Amino acid sequence: MSAATPSALGDRLVEFTRALRVHGVRPGSSEIVDAARVTQALGLERRETLRAGLAAALVRRSGQREVFDQLFDLYFPAAMGDRSGAGDSDSEAVDEIEPVASESSERDRVAAIREELAQALADADAAALERLAAVVAAQLGALRRQPGFSAAQALDRLGPQTAIARAHELRSGATILGDGEGGSGASGAGTAAGSGGGASGLGGAMQEQLTREELRAGVAEFRRRVESEARRRNAEVRGTERIARHAVVDPVERRDFLLTGQRDLVELRAAVDPLAKRLAAALSLQRRRHARGHIDLRRTLRRSLSTGGVPIDPAFRVRPPRRPDLVLLCDVSGSVAGFSAFTMALMQALSTQFRRLRVFAFVSTTDEITDLVTGADDLPDGVVTTALRTRAVLGWGASSSYGQALDSFTAQFLDAVGPRTTVLVLGDARSNYGLPRVSALRDIRDQARRVIWLNPEPATSWDTGDSLAGQYAAVVDMHECRNVEQLRTFVTRVLAG
Amino acid sequence: MHPIAAFDSVASTQAALAGAGYLASEEIATATFLAGTLGKPLLVEGPAGVGKTELAKAVARSTDRRLVRLQCYEGVDEARALYEWNHAKQLLRITAERETGWDAVRSDIFAEEFLLERPLLAAIRSERPVVLLVDELDKADEEMEGLLLEILSDFQVSIPELGTMTARSQPFVVLTSNATRELSEALRRRCLFLHVDYPEADLEKQIVRLQVPDLSQTLADSVVRVVTALRRMRLRKAPSVAETTDWARTLLALGADELDPATIRAGLGVVLKHQSDIERAAAELDLPTRSAATGH
Repeated sequence: MSAATPSALGDRLVEFTRALRVHGVRPGSSEIVDAARVTQALGLERRETLRAGLAAALVRRSGQREVFDQLFDLYFPAAMGDRSGAGDSDSEAVDEIEPVASESSERDRVAAIREELAQALADADAAALERLAAVVAAQLGALRRQPGFSAAQALDRLGPQTAIARAHELRSGATILGDGEGGSGASGAGTAAGSGGGASGLGGAMQEQLTREELRAGVAEFRRRVESEARRRNAEVRGTERIARHAVVDPVERRDFLLTGQRDLVELRAAVDPLAKRLAAALSLQRRRHARGHIDLRRTLRRSLSTGGVPIDPAFRVRPPRRPDLVLLCDVSGSVAGFSAFTMALMQALSTQFRRLRVFAFVSTTDEITDLVTGADDLPDGVVTTALRTRAVLGWGASSSYGQALDSFTAQFLDAVGPRTTVLVLGDARSNYGLPRVSALRDIRDQARRVIWLNPEPATSWDTGDSLAGQYAAVVDMHECRNVEQLRTFVTRVLAG
Repeated sequence: MHPIAAFDSVASTQAALAGAGYLASEEIATATFLAGTLGKPLLVEGPAGVGKTELAKAVARSTDRRLVRLQCYEGVDEARALYEWNHAKQLLRITAERETGWDAVRSDIFAEEFLLERPLLAAIRSERPVVLLVDELDKADEEMEGLLLEILSDFQVSIPELGTMTARSQPFVVLTSNATRELSEALRRRCLFLHVDYPEADLEKQIVRLQVPDLSQTLADSVVRVVTALRRMRLRKAPSVAETTDWARTLLALGADELDPATIRAGLGVVLKHQSDIERAAAELDLPTRSAATGH
């Protein structure tokens, strides 16, 4: 990067922090000053060093690092326009995006790129992957009818997972070659990751499996680079701020439950364990703090022995923690199923915080699924599908009916609710214009210690269309719970008391 | 916040740490360099066993500073962290001289010999420059964090009976956390943040070669490959760098020369710490069952 005037660099830093604030990383003024001092201390020669330095000053939690990296690539890009290193590939005219002459030449071009990708993956060559990502984003990702680039289009056309098999061949070929030359294991192109073939190291089948895993991880990394490149090119065309606002992927905790697809659900599931650990620590800490009060005379006298009989350090009576019972009543229809499954997994992970945990699911009738949830050590992903298939959650018709579900719960399972019970209802309260049956909810509320409703829809859409949120909210506490962050706040603030 | 003249540049930081036996990635070296240059504490977060505590020790060794360590645990408070009066000794002193009046005794019982100096006070009063390591801060509670904030802002303690003490030279402060709890915002803003994750394959290979030099290079590389694959599986406790070096040492002791599935299966007990993890890894890597391995 060429020397920029101090004020221009300062402005860029401020814009960068402003973009960070939009995505949940909230650096304050003192952190911006720190970032400026970091820039001064490190200089601008090496981009990666600057990245590490700014991350130290601005990032405050490990979960924020991905958002930071994406925005850093936008505001402090590696290059403007095409990368100079991208001209090394065989194809000519890298600067101008040529309109494709014919189908076959397009296919040949893609095949050539794929071969290069296979070679780069086999060698685990990071620089070559970076260069290829730039080429792929620029050439295959160029949109035809409008200025701009699409990573999805580029990756679709390239199909990088098809290069895995070829990369595997190349790598095992290189290793065999290496063995034939004397078996030192330190020759040939495949040394970096493919070492340890026949003589010492891993056996054949194990080697294959590990290689496959590594190649898959390499392809995932390549995809991320292509996306990053496409964002960078788009930022030049459409303006950095716009891309920063819309095209940056939020960390898992800030994505709406209702909008998550299958891949995100897997990521979410991986976030349950660490979240549960933190919440358990916070909940037990809060509970313990409330246990001060009565002096325990015997322990105080014991302690006073070390100070000559003078009770300087009083001991308090420790009350055993009072844990609530928890009953979960979950809507498992449609888009709410992901939210329900996540919360079930979270409560199961937190099960030591509750005396008893019972889980009920419904679409239009209610059935108990406690054994499905608590049975497995690691919650199977298909708990909702199993529930839909094997339990009586669907009454007449397959659409949600909150009224009927509440009725069937009070008819069959009201004995699960007692004076120590907290009932959590998870659902969006959309009942296809059926009867609300608010009296059933009132019955539950009268028997329980408290009833809380978690609604994954944003509060502005409650009461629109067929939503009965307003009517139910008049009877019980309804909280908006759109993403993991809000769920976490809810658990620490409301569930602890 | 005054700068601590510990390191000159990122490259020299990396070299100095390597000289002290700690192979730092560029991220770690950059954050350490900045902590010294800007004079801010360094908050190191990460899973267990990746070298957070080792970093503080390496900084102390390479900059010739004394290491003062405060190990936090649940319930640690000012008396255990800052200072405490030795009440028992004071009471004995008072009862020993019943005849003399209060004025004579008063200056005696608040003398230095009755003061129990804890790590934070030791760091402030030290003659030599100091690296202050506050280990596992997430185990302590919020009051402890408030105390730390106070100390970290001025490096000054006032004990009513003895007066105010200011640090002669600013300590290099390293706070480590296992991220089991969210630390307070005020503390986070005070510090530079460094997230240490499991190292890259290349760096880990270098670490294994440094720690276990007698093991053959290809075998060490294979060990790193297998451990990297284990980390990609969703285990309860992923193996850390310490476990990798342990396994390498075990293989050296056993005189193994190749990693066949039976050896790996037998070695899983060194690397993984939960039975459910061992079974899961054995299933995913297609390893033989225990009885088949031992009967080999």
